[in-house]
Amino acid sequence: MNIFDRMMLLDRRWVFLSLVIVCVVSYIIPFQIPIMVTDEVESIYDMIDTLPEGEIVLLAMDFDPSLLAELQPMTYAMAEHAFRKNLKVIFVTLSQNGPGMVDQAIREVADSVRLDRTYNGVFYKGKEIINGEDYTFLGYKPYFALIILGMGQNFRIPFPSDYYGTALDSIPMMKGVLNYDQVACVVDICGGNVVDAWIMYGQGRYNFKLALGMTGVMAADYYPYLNSGQVVGIMGGLLGAAEYEQLTDNAGLAKDGMRVQVFAHLLIILFILMGNIGYFMSQRDKRKLGR
Amino acid sequence: MRRQLPLALVFIFGVFMIVQYFVPHEYSEWVYEFLLDWITIIGIFALALGIYSLTHVSVGKIRNRTPNWQYAVITMLGLFVMIYFGFTSRTGDSWGLYFVALVALTLGISSLTWGAIETQAARRKIGFAVGLGLLAVFALVAVFDPSWKFYFYTSEGLQSTMFRNFFDYIMIPIQSTMFSLLAFFIASAAYRAFRARNILATLLLASALIVMLRFNPFLGPVGEYIAQTANWLLNVPNLAAKRAIVIGIGLGIVATALKVILGIERGYMGRG
Repeated sequence: MNIFDRMMLLDRRWVFLSLVIVCVVSYIIPFQIPIMVTDEVESIYDMIDTLPEGEIVLLAMDFDPSLLAELQPMTYAMAEHAFRKNLKVIFVTLSQNGPGMVDQAIREVADSVRLDRTYNGVFYKGKEIINGEDYTFLGYKPYFALIILGMGQNFRIPFPSDYYGTALDSIPMMKGVLNYDQVACVVDICGGNVVDAWIMYGQGRYNFKLALGMTGVMAADYYPYLNSGQVVGIMGGLLGAAEYEQLTDNAGLAKDGMRVQVFAHLLIILFILMGNIGYFMSQRDKRKLGR
Repeated sequence: MRRQLPLALVFIFGVFMIVQYFVPHEYSEWVYEFLLDWITIIGIFALALGIYSLTHVSVGKIRNRTPNWQYAVITMLGLFVMIYFGFTSRTGDSWGLYFVALVALTLGISSLTWGAIETQAARRKIGFAVGLGLLAVFALVAVFDPSWKFYFYTSEGLQSTMFRNFFDYIMIPIQSTMFSLLAFFIASAAYRAFRARNILATLLLASALIVMLRFNPFLGPVGEYIAQTANWLLNVPNLAAKRAIVIGIGLGIVATALKVILGIERGYMGRG
Protein backbone atom coordinates (compact mmCIF):
# COMPACT_ATOMS: atom_id res chain seq x y z
CA MET A 1 0.00 0.00 0.00
CA ASN A 2 1.64 3.26 -1.10
CA ILE A 3 1.14 6.71 0.45
CA PHE A 4 -1.76 7.59 -1.87
CA ASP A 5 -3.65 4.45 -0.92
CA ARG A 6 -3.06 5.30 2.72
CA MET A 7 -4.41 8.82 2.12
CA MET A 8 -7.54 7.28 0.68
CA LEU A 9 -8.09 4.55 3.24
CA LEU A 10 -7.27 6.28 6.50
CA ASP A 11 -8.85 4.54 9.50
CA ARG A 12 -11.88 6.53 10.59
CA ARG A 13 -10.66 6.55 14.16
CA TRP A 14 -7.93 8.97 13.06
CA VAL A 15 -10.64 11.21 11.62
CA PHE A 16 -12.52 11.09 14.92
CA LEU A 17 -9.38 11.77 16.97
CA SER A 18 -8.36 14.73 14.79
CA LEU A 19 -11.84 16.20 15.08
CA VAL A 20 -11.80 15.87 18.87
CA ILE A 21 -8.41 17.59 19.10
CA VAL A 22 -9.45 20.43 16.77
CA CYS A 23 -12.76 20.98 18.60
CA VAL A 24 -11.24 20.96 22.07
CA VAL A 25 -8.24 23.15 21.20
CA SER A 26 -10.27 25.72 19.28
CA TYR A 27 -12.78 25.89 22.13
CA ILE A 28 -10.14 26.31 24.84
CA ILE A 29 -8.08 29.01 23.13
CA PRO A 30 -10.01 32.29 23.32
CA PHE A 31 -10.09 34.28 20.08
CA GLN A 32 -12.78 35.88 17.99
CA ILE A 33 -13.82 34.89 14.51
CA PRO A 34 -14.84 37.82 12.32
CA ILE A 35 -18.45 37.30 11.26
CA MET A 36 -19.78 38.49 7.90
CA VAL A 37 -23.45 39.38 8.17
CA THR A 38 -25.80 38.23 5.42
CA ASP A 39 -28.92 40.05 4.21
CA GLU A 40 -31.28 37.29 5.34
CA VAL A 41 -30.17 37.66 8.99
CA GLU A 42 -29.92 41.44 8.87
CA SER A 43 -33.52 41.68 7.73
CA ILE A 44 -34.64 39.79 10.87
CA TYR A 45 -32.53 42.05 13.05
CA ASP A 46 -33.98 45.14 11.36
CA MET A 47 -37.51 43.83 11.80
CA ILE A 48 -37.04 43.43 15.57
CA ASP A 49 -34.90 46.52 16.03
CA THR A 50 -37.35 48.89 14.37
CA LEU A 51 -40.43 47.74 16.28
CA PRO A 52 -41.85 50.40 18.60
CA GLU A 53 -41.67 49.72 22.36
CA GLY A 54 -44.50 47.59 23.72
CA GLU A 55 -45.09 45.68 20.47
CA ILE A 56 -45.50 41.92 20.78
CA VAL A 57 -43.19 39.33 19.23
CA LEU A 58 -44.31 35.72 19.13
CA LEU A 59 -41.28 33.49 19.59
CA ALA A 60 -41.94 29.83 18.83
CA MET A 61 -39.24 27.45 20.05
CA ASP A 62 -40.08 24.31 18.11
CA PHE A 63 -37.04 22.13 18.64
CA ASP A 64 -35.79 19.28 20.77
CA PRO A 65 -32.81 19.27 23.15
CA SER A 66 -30.78 17.49 20.46
CA LEU A 67 -30.65 20.77 18.53
CA LEU A 68 -29.86 22.91 21.52
CA ALA A 69 -26.28 23.64 20.48
CA GLU A 70 -27.38 25.05 17.14
CA LEU A 71 -30.66 26.74 17.99
CA GLN A 72 -30.39 27.86 21.60
CA PRO A 73 -27.87 30.66 20.85
CA MET A 74 -30.18 32.36 18.35
CA THR A 75 -33.10 32.04 20.78
CA TYR A 76 -31.12 33.72 23.52
CA ALA A 77 -29.79 36.46 21.23
CA MET A 78 -33.22 37.23 19.83
CA ALA A 79 -35.07 37.11 23.17
CA GLU A 80 -32.52 39.39 24.83
CA HIS A 81 -32.66 41.79 21.88
CA ALA A 82 -36.44 41.96 22.20
CA PHE A 83 -36.39 42.50 25.96
CA ARG A 84 -33.66 45.16 25.72
CA LYS A 85 -35.82 46.98 23.17
CA ASN A 86 -38.76 46.85 25.63
CA LEU A 87 -40.77 44.57 23.39
CA LYS A 88 -43.13 41.99 24.84
CA VAL A 89 -42.64 38.35 23.97
CA ILE A 90 -45.14 35.52 23.72
CA PHE A 91 -43.24 32.25 23.98
CA VAL A 92 -44.78 29.09 22.66
CA THR A 93 -43.45 25.66 21.80
CA LEU A 94 -44.89 23.11 19.43
CA SER A 95 -42.26 20.51 20.29
CA GLN A 96 -43.08 18.03 23.03
CA ASN A 97 -39.67 18.46 24.63
CA GLY A 98 -39.88 22.22 24.30
CA PRO A 99 -41.47 23.43 27.56
CA GLY A 100 -38.44 22.63 29.71
CA MET A 101 -36.14 24.39 27.28
CA VAL A 102 -38.32 27.49 26.97
CA ASP A 103 -38.56 27.69 30.73
CA GLN A 104 -34.79 27.40 31.00
CA ALA A 105 -34.28 29.99 28.22
CA ILE A 106 -36.58 32.49 29.95
CA ARG A 107 -34.73 32.09 33.24
CA GLU A 108 -31.30 32.51 31.65
CA VAL A 109 -32.26 35.43 29.41
CA ALA A 110 -33.90 37.11 32.43
CA ASP A 111 -30.60 36.75 34.33
CA SER A 112 -28.76 38.40 31.46
CA VAL A 113 -31.27 41.25 31.05
CA ARG A 114 -30.88 42.08 34.75
CA LEU A 115 -27.33 43.32 34.04
CA ASP A 116 -26.42 46.78 32.75
CA ARG A 117 -25.01 46.48 29.25
CA THR A 118 -23.89 48.65 26.35
CA TYR A 119 -24.64 47.26 22.90
CA ASN A 120 -23.74 49.07 19.69
CA GLY A 121 -22.87 52.14 21.76
CA VAL A 122 -26.30 52.29 23.41
CA PHE A 123 -26.51 51.86 27.18
CA TYR A 124 -29.24 49.48 28.37
CA LYS A 125 -29.99 49.55 32.06
CA GLY A 126 -30.57 46.14 33.63
CA LYS A 127 -34.18 45.37 34.45
CA GLU A 128 -36.36 42.64 35.79
CA ILE A 129 -38.55 40.97 33.20
CA ILE A 130 -41.86 40.04 34.66
CA ASN A 131 -44.07 37.12 33.71
CA GLY A 132 -47.39 38.40 32.43
CA GLU A 133 -46.12 41.92 31.79
CA ASP A 134 -43.00 41.47 29.68
CA TYR A 135 -43.58 37.94 28.52
CA THR A 136 -46.08 35.12 28.48
CA PHE A 137 -45.26 31.48 27.99
CA LEU A 138 -48.20 29.67 26.47
CA GLY A 139 -46.69 26.20 26.85
CA TYR A 140 -47.01 23.19 24.57
CA LYS A 141 -49.95 21.55 22.88
CA PRO A 142 -49.78 18.63 20.45
CA TYR A 143 -50.74 18.76 16.75
CA PHE A 144 -48.85 21.81 15.66
CA ALA A 145 -50.84 22.57 12.50
CA LEU A 146 -54.06 22.76 14.52
CA ILE A 147 -52.44 24.91 17.17
CA ILE A 148 -51.12 27.35 14.56
CA LEU A 149 -54.58 27.55 12.99
CA GLY A 150 -56.23 27.82 16.40
CA MET A 151 -53.98 30.72 17.47
CA GLY A 152 -55.01 32.48 14.27
CA GLN A 153 -58.59 32.48 15.57
CA ASN A 154 -57.85 33.19 19.20
CA PHE A 155 -54.87 32.35 21.41
CA ARG A 156 -57.39 31.22 24.02
CA ILE A 157 -58.67 28.34 21.86
CA PRO A 158 -55.54 26.19 22.09
CA PHE A 159 -54.20 27.90 25.24
CA PRO A 160 -56.96 28.91 27.67
CA SER A 161 -54.21 29.35 30.28
CA ASP A 162 -50.45 29.85 30.11
CA TYR A 163 -47.82 27.25 30.98
CA TYR A 164 -47.96 28.23 34.65
CA GLY A 165 -51.72 27.76 34.86
CA THR A 166 -52.78 31.44 34.76
CA ALA A 167 -55.84 32.14 32.61
CA LEU A 168 -54.87 34.15 29.55
CA ASP A 169 -57.61 36.67 30.27
CA SER A 170 -56.03 37.55 33.59
CA ILE A 171 -52.55 38.12 32.14
CA PRO A 172 -51.97 41.90 31.75
CA MET A 173 -49.99 41.75 28.49
CA MET A 174 -52.57 39.47 26.88
CA LYS A 175 -55.44 41.91 27.41
CA GLY A 176 -56.75 42.80 23.98
CA VAL A 177 -54.40 40.32 22.35
CA LEU A 178 -56.73 38.02 20.48
CA ASN A 179 -54.75 36.47 17.64
CA TYR A 180 -51.90 37.14 15.20
CA ASP A 181 -53.43 40.51 14.29
CA GLN A 182 -52.15 41.95 17.55
CA VAL A 183 -48.69 40.44 17.12
CA ALA A 184 -46.03 42.46 15.29
CA CYS A 185 -44.17 39.44 14.01
CA VAL A 186 -43.68 35.72 14.50
CA VAL A 187 -40.25 34.15 14.80
CA ASP A 188 -40.12 30.40 14.50
CA ILE A 189 -36.95 28.71 15.69
CA CYS A 190 -37.29 25.14 14.63
CA GLY A 191 -35.59 21.90 13.82
CA GLY A 192 -38.27 19.95 12.00
CA ASN A 193 -41.32 20.15 9.79
CA VAL A 194 -43.19 22.50 12.15
CA VAL A 195 -41.79 25.31 10.06
CA ASP A 196 -43.79 24.12 7.03
CA ALA A 197 -46.97 24.48 9.06
CA TRP A 198 -45.96 27.99 10.16
CA ILE A 199 -45.46 28.95 6.51
CA MET A 200 -48.53 27.20 5.05
CA TYR A 201 -51.14 27.40 7.80
CA GLY A 202 -49.81 30.44 9.64
CA GLN A 203 -48.27 32.94 7.26
CA GLY A 204 -50.24 31.69 4.27
CA ARG A 205 -53.59 32.02 5.97
CA TYR A 206 -53.09 34.89 8.42
CA ASN A 207 -50.44 36.87 6.54
CA PHE A 208 -48.24 37.88 9.47
CA LYS A 209 -44.54 38.75 9.29
CA LEU A 210 -42.63 35.50 9.71
CA ALA A 211 -38.92 35.08 10.38
CA LEU A 212 -37.21 31.71 10.64
CA GLY A 213 -34.33 30.34 12.63
CA MET A 214 -33.35 26.80 11.81
CA THR A 215 -30.56 24.27 11.65
CA GLY A 216 -27.84 24.77 9.06
CA VAL A 217 -28.84 21.74 7.01
CA MET A 218 -32.45 22.93 6.78
CA ALA A 219 -31.74 26.50 5.73
CA ALA A 220 -31.15 25.84 2.03
CA ASP A 221 -34.61 24.25 1.77
CA TYR A 222 -36.37 27.47 2.80
CA TYR A 223 -34.72 29.99 0.46
CA PRO A 224 -37.69 29.81 -1.95
CA TYR A 225 -39.92 31.28 0.77
CA LEU A 226 -37.41 34.04 1.43
CA ASN A 227 -37.28 34.93 -2.23
CA SER A 228 -41.06 34.94 -2.57
CA GLY A 229 -41.43 37.33 0.38
CA GLN A 230 -43.34 34.86 2.56
CA VAL A 231 -40.48 34.89 5.03
CA VAL A 232 -38.72 38.04 6.26
CA GLY A 233 -35.39 36.36 6.91
CA ILE A 234 -33.63 33.11 7.70
CA MET A 235 -31.06 32.40 10.38
CA GLY A 236 -29.33 29.20 9.42
CA GLY A 237 -27.63 27.25 12.20
CA LEU A 238 -24.86 28.50 14.42
CA LEU A 239 -23.63 30.86 11.70
CA GLY A 240 -27.03 32.59 11.55
CA ALA A 241 -27.02 32.93 15.33
CA ALA A 242 -23.47 34.32 15.28
CA GLU A 243 -24.54 36.87 12.67
CA TYR A 244 -27.43 37.92 14.90
CA GLU A 245 -25.06 38.21 17.88
CA GLN A 246 -22.75 40.31 15.71
CA LEU A 247 -25.60 42.64 14.78
CA THR A 248 -26.78 42.99 18.38
CA ASP A 249 -23.18 43.42 19.56
CA ASN A 250 -23.91 40.74 22.15
CA ALA A 251 -21.30 38.03 21.73
CA GLY A 252 -22.54 34.80 23.22
CA LEU A 253 -22.75 31.08 22.66
CA ALA A 254 -22.86 31.31 18.87
CA LYS A 255 -19.70 33.35 18.39
CA ASP A 256 -17.94 31.01 20.82
CA GLY A 257 -19.21 28.02 18.88
CA MET A 258 -18.15 29.46 15.53
CA ARG A 259 -14.49 29.09 16.52
CA VAL A 260 -15.02 25.37 16.82
CA GLN A 261 -17.18 25.15 13.70
CA VAL A 262 -14.74 27.02 11.44
CA PHE A 263 -11.83 24.80 12.37
CA ALA A 264 -13.91 21.62 12.29
CA HIS A 265 -15.02 22.52 8.77
CA LEU A 266 -11.43 23.25 7.74
CA LEU A 267 -10.39 19.85 9.04
CA ILE A 268 -13.21 18.13 7.15
CA ILE A 269 -12.21 19.99 3.97
CA LEU A 270 -8.63 18.87 4.54
CA PHE A 271 -9.73 15.25 4.84
CA ILE A 272 -11.87 15.55 1.70
CA LEU A 273 -8.95 17.00 -0.26
CA MET A 274 -6.64 14.32 1.10
CA GLY A 275 -9.06 11.58 0.08
CA ASN A 276 -9.42 13.05 -3.41
CA ILE A 277 -5.67 13.46 -3.95
CA GLY A 278 -5.24 9.84 -2.88
CA TYR A 279 -8.05 8.78 -5.21
CA PHE A 280 -6.68 10.59 -8.28
CA MET A 281 -3.11 9.49 -7.74
CA SER A 282 -4.09 5.85 -7.21
CA GLN A 283 -6.29 6.03 -10.33
CA ARG A 284 -3.32 7.43 -12.28
CA ASP A 285 -1.09 4.60 -11.01
CA LYS A 286 -3.72 2.05 -12.03
CA ARG A 287 -3.93 3.55 -15.54
CA LYS A 288 -0.14 3.42 -15.83
CA LEU A 289 -0.08 -0.21 -14.79
CA GLY A 290 -2.90 -0.93 -17.23
CA ARG A 291 -0.79 0.34 -20.11
CA MET B 1 -72.65 0.90 5.46
CA ARG B 2 -69.24 0.28 7.08
CA ARG B 3 -67.60 1.39 3.83
CA GLN B 4 -70.00 4.15 2.82
CA LEU B 5 -70.19 6.04 6.11
CA PRO B 6 -66.45 6.88 6.41
CA LEU B 7 -66.36 7.82 2.71
CA ALA B 8 -69.36 10.09 3.12
CA LEU B 9 -67.91 11.73 6.24
CA VAL B 10 -64.57 12.35 4.53
CA PHE B 11 -66.34 13.82 1.50
CA ILE B 12 -68.61 16.12 3.53
CA PHE B 13 -65.92 17.42 5.88
CA GLY B 14 -63.32 17.65 3.12
CA VAL B 15 -65.57 19.72 0.88
CA PHE B 16 -66.70 21.82 3.85
CA MET B 17 -63.12 22.67 4.83
CA ILE B 18 -62.32 23.73 1.25
CA VAL B 19 -65.41 25.93 1.01
CA GLN B 20 -64.96 27.30 4.52
CA TYR B 21 -61.50 28.64 3.65
CA PHE B 22 -63.10 31.06 1.18
CA VAL B 23 -66.10 32.06 3.34
CA PRO B 24 -65.12 34.49 6.10
CA HIS B 25 -68.61 34.47 7.66
CA GLU B 26 -69.21 34.29 11.41
CA TYR B 27 -71.07 30.97 11.24
CA SER B 28 -68.42 29.47 9.01
CA GLU B 29 -65.71 30.53 11.48
CA TRP B 30 -67.72 29.10 14.38
CA VAL B 31 -68.01 25.69 12.71
CA TYR B 32 -64.34 25.85 11.81
CA GLU B 33 -63.36 26.50 15.46
CA PHE B 34 -65.71 23.71 16.58
CA LEU B 35 -64.02 21.29 14.17
CA LEU B 36 -60.56 22.36 15.34
CA ASP B 37 -61.57 21.47 18.90
CA TRP B 38 -62.81 18.09 17.70
CA ILE B 39 -59.60 17.34 15.84
CA THR B 40 -57.59 18.12 18.99
CA ILE B 41 -59.83 15.91 21.12
CA ILE B 42 -59.59 13.04 18.65
CA GLY B 43 -55.85 13.56 18.43
CA ILE B 44 -55.42 13.19 22.19
CA PHE B 45 -56.66 9.60 21.89
CA ALA B 46 -53.60 8.96 19.74
CA LEU B 47 -51.41 9.89 22.74
CA ALA B 48 -53.24 7.37 24.93
CA LEU B 49 -52.88 4.81 22.16
CA GLY B 50 -49.15 5.61 21.94
CA ILE B 51 -48.64 5.01 25.67
CA TYR B 52 -50.62 1.77 25.47
CA SER B 53 -48.62 0.65 22.43
CA LEU B 54 -45.28 1.45 24.09
CA THR B 55 -46.30 -0.41 27.24
CA HIS B 56 -47.62 -3.37 25.24
CA VAL B 57 -44.44 -3.68 23.15
CA SER B 58 -42.13 -3.24 26.14
CA VAL B 59 -43.99 -5.77 28.32
CA GLY B 60 -43.92 -8.20 25.39
CA LYS B 61 -40.14 -7.81 25.11
CA ILE B 62 -39.70 -8.40 28.85
CA ARG B 63 -42.04 -11.38 28.86
CA ASN B 64 -40.36 -13.08 25.89
CA ARG B 65 -36.84 -12.13 27.03
CA THR B 66 -36.04 -10.86 23.52
CA PRO B 67 -32.46 -9.63 22.97
CA ASN B 68 -31.79 -6.41 24.94
CA TRP B 69 -35.04 -6.77 26.88
CA GLN B 70 -33.38 -4.87 29.72
CA TYR B 71 -33.78 -1.66 27.73
CA ALA B 72 -37.54 -2.18 27.78
CA VAL B 73 -37.39 -2.16 31.60
CA ILE B 74 -35.54 1.18 31.48
CA THR B 75 -38.14 2.52 29.02
CA MET B 76 -40.97 1.58 31.34
CA LEU B 77 -39.19 3.03 34.36
CA GLY B 78 -38.54 6.28 32.49
CA LEU B 79 -42.17 6.48 31.37
CA PHE B 80 -43.73 5.95 34.79
CA VAL B 81 -41.18 7.92 36.79
CA MET B 82 -41.57 10.99 34.54
CA ILE B 83 -45.37 10.70 34.72
CA TYR B 84 -45.06 10.58 38.52
CA PHE B 85 -42.77 13.63 38.62
CA GLY B 86 -45.02 15.46 36.16
CA PHE B 87 -48.10 15.02 38.32
CA THR B 88 -46.56 15.67 41.74
CA SER B 89 -44.85 18.59 43.39
CA ARG B 90 -43.32 19.40 46.75
CA THR B 91 -45.48 21.76 48.83
CA GLY B 92 -42.92 22.93 51.41
CA ASP B 93 -39.17 22.82 51.97
CA SER B 94 -39.05 19.19 53.07
CA TRP B 95 -39.21 16.22 50.74
CA GLY B 96 -40.98 14.13 53.40
CA LEU B 97 -41.74 10.63 52.16
CA TYR B 98 -41.84 11.70 48.49
CA PHE B 99 -39.13 9.25 47.40
CA VAL B 100 -40.52 6.42 49.56
CA ALA B 101 -43.79 6.83 47.64
CA LEU B 102 -41.91 6.87 44.34
CA VAL B 103 -39.99 3.68 45.13
CA ALA B 104 -43.19 1.98 46.39
CA LEU B 105 -45.07 2.98 43.25
CA THR B 106 -42.28 1.91 40.89
CA LEU B 107 -41.73 -1.44 42.58
CA GLY B 108 -45.48 -1.94 42.92
CA ILE B 109 -46.09 -1.45 39.19
CA SER B 110 -43.05 -3.64 38.42
CA SER B 111 -44.33 -6.43 40.68
CA LEU B 112 -47.80 -6.30 39.14
CA THR B 113 -46.28 -6.41 35.66
CA TRP B 114 -44.07 -9.33 36.68
CA GLY B 115 -47.12 -11.10 38.13
CA ALA B 116 -49.06 -10.51 34.92
CA ILE B 117 -46.39 -11.96 32.65
CA GLU B 118 -45.24 -14.81 34.90
CA THR B 119 -46.38 -18.26 33.80
CA GLN B 120 -46.07 -20.11 37.15
CA ALA B 121 -49.18 -19.66 39.31
CA ALA B 122 -47.28 -19.36 42.62
CA ARG B 123 -45.02 -16.65 41.28
CA ARG B 124 -47.99 -14.85 39.81
CA LYS B 125 -49.63 -14.73 43.22
CA ILE B 126 -46.45 -13.43 44.86
CA GLY B 127 -46.12 -10.76 42.15
CA PHE B 128 -49.70 -9.56 42.59
CA ALA B 129 -49.54 -9.69 46.41
CA VAL B 130 -46.28 -7.74 46.62
CA GLY B 131 -47.46 -5.29 43.94
CA LEU B 132 -50.75 -4.57 45.68
CA GLY B 133 -48.97 -4.25 49.03
CA LEU B 134 -46.53 -1.71 47.64
CA LEU B 135 -49.34 0.23 45.96
CA ALA B 136 -51.11 0.33 49.32
CA VAL B 137 -47.94 1.76 50.90
CA PHE B 138 -47.80 4.33 48.12
CA ALA B 139 -51.48 5.27 48.62
CA LEU B 140 -51.00 5.67 52.40
CA VAL B 141 -47.97 7.92 51.92
CA ALA B 142 -49.80 9.92 49.24
CA VAL B 143 -52.78 10.52 51.54
CA PHE B 144 -50.99 11.21 54.81
CA ASP B 145 -47.72 12.91 53.79
CA PRO B 146 -48.39 16.68 53.58
CA SER B 147 -44.97 17.58 52.15
CA TRP B 148 -46.04 16.87 48.57
CA LYS B 149 -49.22 16.44 46.61
CA PHE B 150 -50.72 15.47 43.28
CA TYR B 151 -51.71 17.99 40.63
CA PHE B 152 -54.07 16.29 38.21
CA TYR B 153 -55.92 19.30 36.88
CA THR B 154 -53.20 21.95 36.72
CA SER B 155 -49.70 22.02 35.27
CA GLU B 156 -47.98 22.80 38.60
CA GLY B 157 -46.36 19.37 38.57
CA LEU B 158 -44.38 20.42 35.50
CA GLN B 159 -42.67 23.05 37.65
CA SER B 160 -41.56 20.52 40.23
CA THR B 161 -37.88 20.30 41.02
CA MET B 162 -37.56 16.64 40.11
CA PHE B 163 -39.33 16.98 36.77
CA ARG B 164 -37.13 19.95 35.87
CA ASN B 165 -33.96 18.25 37.10
CA PHE B 166 -34.66 15.10 35.14
CA PHE B 167 -35.30 17.17 32.03
CA ASP B 168 -32.41 19.64 32.47
CA TYR B 169 -29.76 17.20 33.63
CA ILE B 170 -30.72 13.91 31.98
CA MET B 171 -32.92 14.50 28.94
CA ILE B 172 -31.08 17.53 27.51
CA PRO B 173 -27.53 16.11 27.90
CA ILE B 174 -28.59 12.72 26.48
CA GLN B 175 -30.19 14.19 23.35
CA SER B 176 -27.42 16.77 22.87
CA THR B 177 -24.78 14.06 23.17
CA MET B 178 -26.51 11.82 20.64
CA PHE B 179 -26.75 14.65 18.15
CA SER B 180 -23.16 15.78 18.74
CA LEU B 181 -21.92 12.35 17.69
CA LEU B 182 -23.28 13.16 14.25
CA ALA B 183 -20.37 15.54 13.67
CA PHE B 184 -17.94 12.62 13.81
CA PHE B 185 -19.96 10.48 11.44
CA ILE B 186 -20.39 13.38 9.02
CA ALA B 187 -16.63 14.01 9.07
CA SER B 188 -15.90 10.35 8.41
CA ALA B 189 -18.61 10.02 5.74
CA ALA B 190 -17.49 13.21 3.97
CA TYR B 191 -13.91 11.94 3.85
CA ARG B 192 -14.97 8.60 2.38
CA ALA B 193 -17.84 9.58 0.09
CA PHE B 194 -16.92 12.99 -1.33
CA ARG B 195 -14.83 11.78 -4.27
CA ALA B 196 -14.76 13.56 -7.63
CA ARG B 197 -15.51 10.35 -9.56
CA ASN B 198 -17.57 12.01 -12.32
CA ILE B 199 -18.91 15.41 -13.38
CA LEU B 200 -21.95 15.38 -11.07
CA ALA B 201 -19.95 14.24 -8.05
CA THR B 202 -17.38 16.95 -8.81
CA LEU B 203 -20.09 19.61 -8.98
CA LEU B 204 -21.50 18.41 -5.66
CA LEU B 205 -18.06 18.38 -4.09
CA ALA B 206 -17.20 21.88 -5.34
CA SER B 207 -20.55 23.29 -4.17
CA ALA B 208 -20.15 21.73 -0.73
CA LEU B 209 -16.63 23.12 -0.35
CA ILE B 210 -17.71 26.62 -1.43
CA VAL B 211 -20.68 26.68 0.96
CA MET B 212 -18.54 25.36 3.82
CA LEU B 213 -15.88 27.97 3.18
CA ARG B 214 -18.25 30.89 2.74
CA PHE B 215 -17.87 32.22 6.26
CA ASN B 216 -14.24 31.30 6.72
CA PRO B 217 -12.36 34.43 7.80
CA PHE B 218 -8.88 33.11 6.97
CA LEU B 219 -9.15 33.26 3.21
CA GLY B 220 -8.36 36.96 2.80
CA PRO B 221 -9.60 38.62 -0.42
CA VAL B 222 -10.56 35.23 -1.91
CA GLY B 223 -13.10 34.85 0.89
CA GLU B 224 -15.24 37.64 -0.53
CA TYR B 225 -15.53 35.84 -3.90
CA ILE B 226 -16.25 32.54 -2.21
CA ALA B 227 -19.00 34.16 -0.12
CA GLN B 228 -20.53 35.70 -3.27
CA THR B 229 -20.37 32.38 -5.10
CA ALA B 230 -21.93 30.58 -2.12
CA ASN B 231 -24.77 33.11 -2.04
CA TRP B 232 -25.28 32.65 -5.78
CA LEU B 233 -25.38 28.86 -5.31
CA LEU B 234 -27.99 29.20 -2.58
CA ASN B 235 -30.09 31.83 -4.32
CA VAL B 236 -30.03 30.63 -7.91
CA PRO B 237 -29.47 26.91 -8.59
CA ASN B 238 -30.61 25.82 -5.12
CA LEU B 239 -33.67 28.06 -5.31
CA ALA B 240 -34.65 26.81 -8.75
CA ALA B 241 -34.35 23.17 -7.72
CA LYS B 242 -36.19 23.69 -4.45
CA ARG B 243 -39.00 25.62 -6.14
CA ALA B 244 -39.47 22.82 -8.63
CA ILE B 245 -39.61 20.30 -5.78
CA VAL B 246 -41.97 22.44 -3.66
CA ILE B 247 -44.36 23.02 -6.58
CA GLY B 248 -44.27 19.31 -7.41
CA ILE B 249 -45.00 18.38 -3.80
CA GLY B 250 -47.80 20.97 -3.64
CA LEU B 251 -49.50 19.59 -6.72
CA GLY B 252 -49.05 16.08 -5.36
CA ILE B 253 -50.70 17.08 -2.06
CA VAL B 254 -53.68 18.62 -3.91
CA ALA B 255 -54.05 15.52 -6.08
CA THR B 256 -53.86 13.17 -3.08
CA ALA B 257 -56.30 15.29 -1.07
CA LEU B 258 -58.79 15.23 -3.95
CA LYS B 259 -58.39 11.47 -4.28
CA VAL B 260 -59.09 11.03 -0.56
CA ILE B 261 -62.10 13.39 -0.60
CA LEU B 262 -63.59 11.72 -3.67
CA GLY B 263 -63.07 8.26 -2.22
CA ILE B 264 -60.56 7.11 -4.85
CA GLU B 265 -57.75 6.74 -2.31
CA ARG B 266 -58.99 4.57 0.58
CA GLY B 267 -55.74 3.57 2.27
CA TYR B 268 -56.79 5.32 5.51
CA MET B 269 -59.58 2.73 5.90
CA GLY B 270 -57.04 -0.06 6.03
CA ARG B 271 -57.53 -1.21 2.45
CA GLY B 272 -56.17 0.03 -0.85
